[in-house]
Amino acid sequence: MTMRKASLIQGNRACTEGALAAGVRFYAGYPITPSTEIAEIMSEELPKLGGKFVQMEDEIAGMACILGAALTGKKVLTASSGPGISLKQEAIGYAAMAEIPCVIVNVQRLGPSTGGPTSSAQGDIMQARWGTHGDHPIIALCPSSVYECFTLTVTAVNFAEKFRTPVYVLLDEIVGHMRENVELPTYEEIKIIDRKKPTCAPKEYKPYKIDESMIPAMADFGTGYKWHVTGLFHDETGFPTGKTDVIDSQLNRLMTKFSKYEDEILLWEENQLEDAEILLVAYGSTARSALDAIETLRNEGIKVGLFRPITIWPFPEKVLRGKLEKLKHIIVPEMNYGQLMLEVERVCKDKVSVSGLFKVNGLPITPDEIIAKVREVL
Amino acid sequence: MAVSIKNLPDQELFYGHKACQGCGGAIVARLALKVLGERTCIVLPASCISSVTTIYPQMSFLVNSLTSSFPATGAVLSGMAAACKAQGLKDVTVLGFAGDGGTIDIGLQALSGAVERGDDFIYICYDNEAYMNTGVQRSGLTPYGAWTTTTPTNNNAVGEKKFKKNLFEIMMAHRIPYCATASVAYPNDLLNKLAKAKEIQGPKVLHVQAPCPTGWGHGPEKTVEIGKLAVRTGLWYLAEYENGQVTINTNPKEFKPVKDYFSKQKRFRHLTEEDFRIIEEHRDTEWKILRNYLGKDE
Repeated sequence: MTMRKASLIQGNRACTEGALAAGVRFYAGYPITPSTEIAEIMSEELPKLGGKFVQMEDEIAGMACILGAALTGKKVLTASSGPGISLKQEAIGYAAMAEIPCVIVNVQRLGPSTGGPTSSAQGDIMQARWGTHGDHPIIALCPSSVYECFTLTVTAVNFAEKFRTPVYVLLDEIVGHMRENVELPTYEEIKIIDRKKPTCAPKEYKPYKIDESMIPAMADFGTGYKWHVTGLFHDETGFPTGKTDVIDSQLNRLMTKFSKYEDEILLWEENQLEDAEILLVAYGSTARSALDAIETLRNEGIKVGLFRPITIWPFPEKVLRGKLEKLKHIIVPEMNYGQLMLEVERVCKDKVSVSGLFKVNGLPITPDEIIAKVREVL
Repeated sequence: MAVSIKNLPDQELFYGHKACQGCGGAIVARLALKVLGERTCIVLPASCISSVTTIYPQMSFLVNSLTSSFPATGAVLSGMAAACKAQGLKDVTVLGFAGDGGTIDIGLQALSGAVERGDDFIYICYDNEAYMNTGVQRSGLTPYGAWTTTTPTNNNAVGEKKFKKNLFEIMMAHRIPYCATASVAYPNDLLNKLAKAKEIQGPKVLHVQAPCPTGWGHGPEKTVEIGKLAVRTGLWYLAEYENGQVTINTNPKEFKPVKDYFSKQKRFRHLTEEDFRIIEEHRDTEWKILRNYLGKDE
């Protein structure tokens, strides 16, 4: 594909462009505000690329359907919001357990329950980490611009494929519906990662046999490699087991399978952090208000900086801990009652005091509100 | 005395809503409450009707109403009906009022369970043939050929490719005490089915076609005309199932050409002669199945 012209598009569309560029050719889902545009655009665009769009009968089905498709070798994605993401949780846990690559876009709206369908929120941060039951690995990426909706969806698909895991792309409604003039990268510029396939003969294939990569090779259903997939604890053959030592080692590997790839998985952005005394830890649309606030405060000589976690889960804790030397205080502005602040506190509170700026009424946190909070802690 | 437009109570239990002009769903709600009365408790899932009636402080329902989570209508009805029974409340009508997607897709499991349990409630599915509340996405009750935002009509896709699920027959298969199809274009028929449902113990399901000017692409003054055409072309039928027997309320000897119905709605404007042939063939099969039920014990 040749160079694209700059175009004025919304975050949800950029997300679909990213998915298509990364090789997603299967979408199943259910309409729900404020993520519906993603389904609508996929229903238009996927058939043109030989892909498949399926509108399912409910949210649970939307999630389960992409898992079935992923096992046949497709790169898959679904999108939803609040109540829909809650309904998908069992199948997301299944994907983590059976190590099925898939991407879930959550355009966050105000919760709990039906909440505010057209109102923005960042209230699903902890749900993304612990929404499904049991200990499990998860990756969640959080864009704060339309351009990043594109690039991070590409990254999410790549991570899902490489690490055989469900990956969330956590938009908030503001980012999803915001329109920006962006020039998206050409397809040639995009790095694509495909899942590792087995090289052995079908008869020798053990679907969960682990090598030093920690990520087992995945055969496509229907290609002669016969294997069993289950949400039960299983051994390297894929069949269920009740042996406690196997359960122990399987869960241990699942929980640590990203560890050796942290350099690749952990993404963040820093702004004027070098001499900062006050640090804002902000993400998604809130990070944009934080940047604006920093500009105003810096003009007044107040040393404020930004740490924006792009990978929310796993949280880039070692990186953040390395930035604490000169800091006097950390403020976490977020559109929930302190979900990521809990994590920042856990990482930082023995060295720096942490406070939150919370707003949960559907309205964005403004630069003025952040400025006022900074003045309060000075 | 049969219920009719002429002897309906003047009391309005549903007014001041924010629905689009010509909304078929709003007509169903208004007529239903005129028959069912002020001791009605309504359960609504996420739907057009819940969105346009519950904008505080201008509540459109003058009866108790509950907006449930999307998949839960049938289950919440069960809870209400069982609790009414436990308390000995006899003059309360427990009413579910859900759209097509909320009924036939995400709500079907809960509805099936509630009907199986035999709880005493009325369930109305007002069918505007797509998820209109979120902006016209297809549902399991979207008819063959219709454009929606998730069944686009570009070069690679020509609208919905599947026929409507048959809720009437799904309910018959539950051996439900009473189920019926109806239309906003035939109010007397609808009113009498509601009155009958009110008297019968156990679960009752009404599937009511409710044209949607916004999603179907016709003028708001055409709602009744379109509803009538659906019946006269045989694309929608009016029938009842009671005591194991099927009754057909309008059984036309011949149908008007389906084109008369399609040509008045933007959602069908891309259809070809081949599509009309496929649709007529399907219609004839459906009628054959329906007429086969006549006079037979289920």
